[in-house]
Amino acid sequence: MIIDKKKIIDMMGKGLRLDGRKADEFRKIKVEYGITKSAEGSSRVTLGDTVVLAGVKMEVAKPYPDTPDQGGLMVGAELLPMSSPEFESGPPSDWAVEVARVVDRGVRESHAIDVKNLVVKKGELVWNVIVDIVTINDAGNILDASAVAVLAALKDTKLPKLEKDIIDYKAGLTKEKLPVKELPIAVTVYKIGKELFVDPTNDEEKQIDARLTVTSIEDGSLCSLQKGGESPLSVEEIDKMIDIAIKHAKSLRKDL
Amino acid sequence: MSYKKRVDGRKFDETRPVEAEVGVVKRADGSARFKIGQTEAWAAVYGPRELVPRFMQNPQKGILRVHYNMMPFSGHGNRVRPGGNRRSKELGMVIRDSLLPVINLNDFPNAVVDVFIEFPQTDAGTRCAAVTCAAMALADAGLLMSDMVSAIAVGRVDDKIVADLNYDEEAFECDAGVTDIPVAIIPSTGEVSLLQMDGITTKKQLFEALELAKDVSKKLYEVQKSALKKKYKVSEA
Repeated sequence: MIIDKKKIIDMMGKGLRLDGRKADEFRKIKVEYGITKSAEGSSRVTLGDTVVLAGVKMEVAKPYPDTPDQGGLMVGAELLPMSSPEFESGPPSDWAVEVARVVDRGVRESHAIDVKNLVVKKGELVWNVIVDIVTINDAGNILDASAVAVLAALKDTKLPKLEKDIIDYKAGLTKEKLPVKELPIAVTVYKIGKELFVDPTNDEEKQIDARLTVTSIEDGSLCSLQKGGESPLSVEEIDKMIDIAIKHAKSLRKDL
Repeated sequence: MSYKKRVDGRKFDETRPVEAEVGVVKRADGSARFKIGQTEAWAAVYGPRELVPRFMQNPQKGILRVHYNMMPFSGHGNRVRPGGNRRSKELGMVIRDSLLPVINLNDFPNAVVDVFIEFPQTDAGTRCAAVTCAAMALADAGLLMSDMVSAIAVGRVDDKIVADLNYDEEAFECDAGVTDIPVAIIPSTGEVSLLQMDGITTKKQLFEALELAKDVSKKLYEVQKSALKKKYKVSEA
């Protein structure tokens, strides 16, 4: 069923949404850790009916020649065709790439993972942290759920054992945790008509005019922004959206 | 030399602990989760729905497509590169062929039923877990089926025939080596709808292994049925 855009805007103006929430209200979120034994760290985030997993694999490799004293970080996202009739197999869609890159930037720019800490032997061997997001069920707001899932998976990560510069998978994981220094939380604020709201369902997501993803850290500083959607935003709107995002980030951080 | 004790202490004909549930992916038309030891399969069914490109359509009946995929962090060891490979293509095909005998798509010409199978974690036996899981998801989707399909990997480790090999057992080093035989059984007829084998075996050992697969599949069939009954609240009376 496609819900009429005007109906969504009218209701939102009266403080109503199709599922009974307020404009400024997130669905219930649940964070679970260590959901797969195959990864070095993992998580499952359930946001209403939206379910995403994140898993961390640690690899050792030669550092890039221009950064011999730094390890690597990469975030990937797969919008599995299992999770929505609208997702297809094949190369990543634009939306999958955007989800991965926005979450990646939040983690990278906040220095949540200190890449200088990931050096095994300077100039020779470093850790690469690879985080993969996969969607199980898309009931809207994949991006915000993914950002929480990635942080949870990183927090859950323990380093594998190195034997002569190669990972010894048989030995299992060590007790050494991957240090996570910040908790950058991405919150996307959506605009439909003149209304601002958060945490859309599938129906709402299809009808929006614009969105702004704001990633913020504990002290309220911002570490990444991403504007999406076909309509522009006024500076006043951006001001309001950032305040809304920071408020929700504070509360989501408590769920980690 | 003889294989006296299994690497994880199980009896030779014993599977790892199993868990099953259906209706786990809300947006899908049918779905299931099946876990055997640390091998965990999720299956989601979409369809019957329109098939594009149109040249793939069959005007006589609907077609079944099975997509097998390991999540990037689900491998035993290194990260699995996303996007599939030769192995996942082949497995999608043999899994589809194992399910086709029990599914009737005659009422859906030109349509497709897609089955997506995903693994958050693996420890050998994935194609059999996929078949067992996909059969439940197809039933959950309400498609017309003449039976279930229940699958298990059996095999030979040194001189013993065993059920449900895990990764360490597949890699067990012994004089006579290890043979892996994934088998899917249609419970009501005992027919075999998936059969592959890697390794050396005598004909006698193969038939011993098939007998074992039949026995184990009966137990899996009960697990599948009770998962489906649980969702649809059919009392056991």
